[in-house]
Amino acid sequence: MIILENVHFAYDGIYTALQGVSLQIGDGERVAIMGTNGAGKTTLVKQLNGLLRPHRGRVFLDGVDTKRYSVAELAREIGLVMQNPDHQLFLDSVEKEILFGLKQLGFSSEDARVRCEKTLSNLGLEHLSERSPFTLSGGERKRVALASVLATEPRVLVLDEPTIGQDAKQKENLAQMLQDLNEKGRTVIVVTHDIEFVIENFPRTIAMANGTIVADGPTNSVLSNDDVIVRCSLTAPQLTIAARSIHSVFPEVPERLTLLSNLEGEIVRVLRGV
Amino acid sequence: MPLIEFQDFSFKYYGADFLALKKVNLTINEGEYVIITGPSGCGKTTLCRTINGLVPQFHRGYIAGNVIVDGMNTREHTVAEMATIAGLVFQQPENQLVTLNVEKEIAFGPENLGVDPVEVRRRVEELISLLDLEHLRDKHPHEMSGGEQQRVAIASTLALKPKILVADEPTSNLDPKSAELILDIISKLNKRDMTVILVEHRLDLVSKDASRIVLMDRGRIVADGSPREILVMDLCQEIGVGVPKATLVYKSLRKRGIDLESVPLTGEELANLVKEAA
Repeated sequence: MIILENVHFAYDGIYTALQGVSLQIGDGERVAIMGTNGAGKTTLVKQLNGLLRPHRGRVFLDGVDTKRYSVAELAREIGLVMQNPDHQLFLDSVEKEILFGLKQLGFSSEDARVRCEKTLSNLGLEHLSERSPFTLSGGERKRVALASVLATEPRVLVLDEPTIGQDAKQKENLAQMLQDLNEKGRTVIVVTHDIEFVIENFPRTIAMANGTIVADGPTNSVLSNDDVIVRCSLTAPQLTIAARSIHSVFPEVPERLTLLSNLEGEIVRVLRGV
Repeated sequence: MPLIEFQDFSFKYYGADFLALKKVNLTINEGEYVIITGPSGCGKTTLCRTINGLVPQFHRGYIAGNVIVDGMNTREHTVAEMATIAGLVFQQPENQLVTLNVEKEIAFGPENLGVDPVEVRRRVEELISLLDLEHLRDKHPHEMSGGEQQRVAIASTLALKPKILVADEPTSNLDPKSAELILDIISKLNKRDMTVILVEHRLDLVSKDASRIVLMDRGRIVADGSPREILVMDLCQEIGVGVPKATLVYKSLRKRGIDLESVPLTGEELANLVKEAA
């Protein structure tokens, strides 16, 4: 269980990135954090593993104030994948990059190897294992950074913009991996602008603007709230736009449809007149 | 004469054991708006770097074939020469911004090419107004949001008066509203006769503006046509391209025997087609 209690943070005292953020995330939850550029999302997730420490307020992990722990200690529990993979990758082969974290966390070499291979194959990187991350494409580097953390299966996974540069198929693979880890009891927290990825994979959404939380609840209700959409600089997904517009002429079609199969079913009914 | 012509062009980065581009043939005419898309690692970024000569002048490697841009063979011209023809905007604007405020940033490129100071000043003012940067004029790039930084990066690229704007996933770090703003600017530039080449995964945001989609896979061009032609192809899903949801609904309705009048690319288009059909 993670608890943030009235957390404030300012970079160099210049502007206030977090202005009293309080939240609770239970074990095994899947939570998306969304909001404008500069809303404080990245600052927030860096509080979780101690990369940044609150200037005011407290962060608790399982009831213990995290100021008692070093970043190294927190890293055993909380795995963070940063937004920019280049801030994270530093070794000269993909395989070494994945094995590094596993070894630091004390996995046996055999176990580390098995985990490395499995993660590489799940993320479509197996053919790149000998390559230097710096010769890979942006999307591939992002997946290497993800793999280096996912392989260790930390209790809490925190992914900052994991879908950047990923094509549709890679996004599906990633979603599947996150679901599998979640079924093993891992908590998954993502920061993302990808509204469709959130709707399809995250039951809870926290929306942020100007260093505060403006909404926190079930994804469907948070993301169908127009006020939240505007304040967080989001845009409604295509299916919602279509459903609303069809609803205005055919009121029997619900206006809050977010899944393709549901909208398709409604359209078939409208057009076949049943 | 086409503005950009790839003639059987292949490229392998030094130290790589595979070809990043394989026998690419591609012709782009003045005024087109072309989206380059395809799975991660398929060669999109390499293709962009080729258009302004970064490949092979800066990123070295083995080449076969030619790329001719505005009559110039990229094998024979420096990046500085190509920069006034094709301007590149990257995914991470902070990798591109080098000075202390917006005015200096926009002036930096033309000043380095020895453009007359009066003309530099004129371009700076024009771009500040075109990209709505007035309120940021004296700001340091690090004091700006990602969307603002990207607008400054576009402005400083346009300051060289290129004929072609090449943007490599310019919105992927931006929130949806800021992304929309950047894409609107790009579309507006295209309507003012700028040739645009945009690498993008989020086809739901851009397909409506583009005249053409070039689909790449493993270093090759595997399909090339109008957005409505390309996005209904099963190939898109096979290689992992993110087809707009509205287009996917069209495709699955067709499988169930319902043929909408045309292929929708946006939610509004889908809704209108359904209303017409009912």
